[in-house]
Amino acid sequence: MRWQAFRELLLDRLRQFHREPEVIFWVYLFPLLLIAGLGVAFSEDGPKPVLVRVVADSPERTAELARQLASPEIETETAGLDQLDRAGMGGRWDLTIVARDGGVEYRLDPQQPESRLARELADRALQQSQGRVDPVSTTTVAEVRPGSRYIDWVIPGLLGLNILGSSMWGVGFTLVDLRIRKVLKRLSATPMRHGDFLLALLASRMLFLALEVVAILAFGRLVFHMPIVGDPLSIAGLCFLGACSFSAISLLTGARADKLETVTGLMNAIQVPMWIASGVFFSADRFPPVVQPLIQLLPLTQLNNGLRAILLEGHNLLDEAAAVGVLSAWGIVCFAAALRLFRWQ
Amino acid sequence: MDSPALLCESLVKVYPPDVRAVDGLDLEVPRGECFGLLGPNGAGKTTTVEICEGLLEPTSGRVEILGRRWADAGRALRLRIGVSLQETRLPEKASALETARLFRSFYDDGLEPLEVLREVGLESKADAWVGKLSGGQKRRLEIACALVGRPELLFLDEPTTGLDPQARRQLWEVIRRLRAEGRTVLLTTHYMDEAEQLCDRVAIIDKGRVIALGSPEELIGALGGDRVLEVVLDGPAPPPDESFWRERVQDVCEARVDGDRALLSVNRPHIAIPSLLEAIAAAGRSLEDLKTRHATLEDVFLKLTGRTLEGESR
Repeated sequence: MRWQAFRELLLDRLRQFHREPEVIFWVYLFPLLLIAGLGVAFSEDGPKPVLVRVVADSPERTAELARQLASPEIETETAGLDQLDRAGMGGRWDLTIVARDGGVEYRLDPQQPESRLARELADRALQQSQGRVDPVSTTTVAEVRPGSRYIDWVIPGLLGLNILGSSMWGVGFTLVDLRIRKVLKRLSATPMRHGDFLLALLASRMLFLALEVVAILAFGRLVFHMPIVGDPLSIAGLCFLGACSFSAISLLTGARADKLETVTGLMNAIQVPMWIASGVFFSADRFPPVVQPLIQLLPLTQLNNGLRAILLEGHNLLDEAAAVGVLSAWGIVCFAAALRLFRWQ
Repeated sequence: MDSPALLCESLVKVYPPDVRAVDGLDLEVPRGECFGLLGPNGAGKTTTVEICEGLLEPTSGRVEILGRRWADAGRALRLRIGVSLQETRLPEKASALETARLFRSFYDDGLEPLEVLREVGLESKADAWVGKLSGGQKRRLEIACALVGRPELLFLDEPTTGLDPQARRQLWEVIRRLRAEGRTVLLTTHYMDEAEQLCDRVAIIDKGRVIALGSPEELIGALGGDRVLEVVLDGPAPPPDESFWRERVQDVCEARVDGDRALLSVNRPHIAIPSLLEAIAAAGRSLEDLKTRHATLEDVFLKLTGRTLEGESR
């Protein structure tokens, strides 16, 4: 009898969620589509050759240069001198080689790592074709580390992103919607225990979380053969902790707002910086050292770091003390603040 | 059982900066009564009710519900009252029965969810989603949710506002049955006919105060005539002022001019009407329209405030 209200409140949350087809799409299908899209865009079928454009004043000279460059790592295309400047800088090639009297000229954008690699490869091929002999004999052995592909790296980030998003919408938005509909007020006029309500809201969140995590990881595993080396308990534990932390942030976001515009704006203000800075699509290390302490304090950064370490490198939860600490701190502080500020009407 | 169901003493609610929504209001509702708070929009009815429901803190004054105070007995009191608020929009993707079951789960004992739907005539809609119910059906579901804990005291805030006449009458039936069961009901309304139809006693509220209190019959009787003649004269000229009617027409206890109408309270229309016709002819005017009807609480309110319940003075 004591838990009947909790059970009914939980059932009510589950029903409201599952009877909303758009929600199913955005929470379950959209992340999978995103992963599929990124997976296709960044799939790598073996090393890709660099593309070198060869320019000379005669077709014979061009052909000769192209022959000297020939190697599996270099792909060439040829052009006349007259095309040299006309095409502008926006070409697909990584490097342009222009034949000059007694040598060649390399043209490249030094900002692009691919271009610098192309120059080294082309230079070596040209020098060796002219008889340069390297003093040290070298061999190369391919050694592919599992989990080093972009898709392997990005799936934990998208998982973190999804935990953030669904917690924010599932808690804050729901609360404000219920407040606007005066359902919160109506409930507070019943003998319902307030704790039961919040507990049911969080419990429904956690049930959906389990489904989201399983869906994303299973998709990554089955479709992209992403390696998952961490133990399930640590994976589940960190996802749970992340969801608790974000739910607390979301509870605080929705503690007082009484307009959907307000809560949507607040949620975006919280989420967008983390989408960019927390290493979802590209590494957070790219930001300058000055802002790194700040970035490392963001909960999503820590969740993503922890997920990658556990999923890809086989760490366990205890190894990820920074993630556990930062996520717990956000969760506890926001939950305490939300309880003080919460308004039922 | 000797304490009243509801007791308010010198209730005041001030909203910053200085809006006195409730301004020294006293009420006592004995158990088993259906009591109406009647007043125009903005009179302070909802604020009063929400203070009684324990949803708002009064600025000052005392409230006792079933002999207890909110500060001492919050949850214990909530178990014994039922509430239907204005403007609650219940979640739409749950069925009526699921909604009733949810509300039932908050009470230690009460009615079966299906039984309470039967009480408000929603049995056939038990499996329909709330979003698919009509306005009147939603309102009845809200009342079902208020009833499901078998409350000793029921608060209904504007239960029929915005409903069509048929839906209103259906709700009246529900409320009449509750009253017949001997429950205490406190309802607010700005419809005088609703108060007359449903309430044992009525408090007329204006600007946060009780300006009249009694049974509808007593309040109407106090007008001094239980019939009203509504007189409209021909031509663009306004009707003569109140003293004309009082002095020139027999049997008039009370006369008011409301726009192009003159409203005369009388006891014996068969005496008043012939003298009315004479007076009009003598004044050189002619009659465009004459209606006689029973006096209503609307007339009481008009007499007390010079305004109508529905809005500002016409």
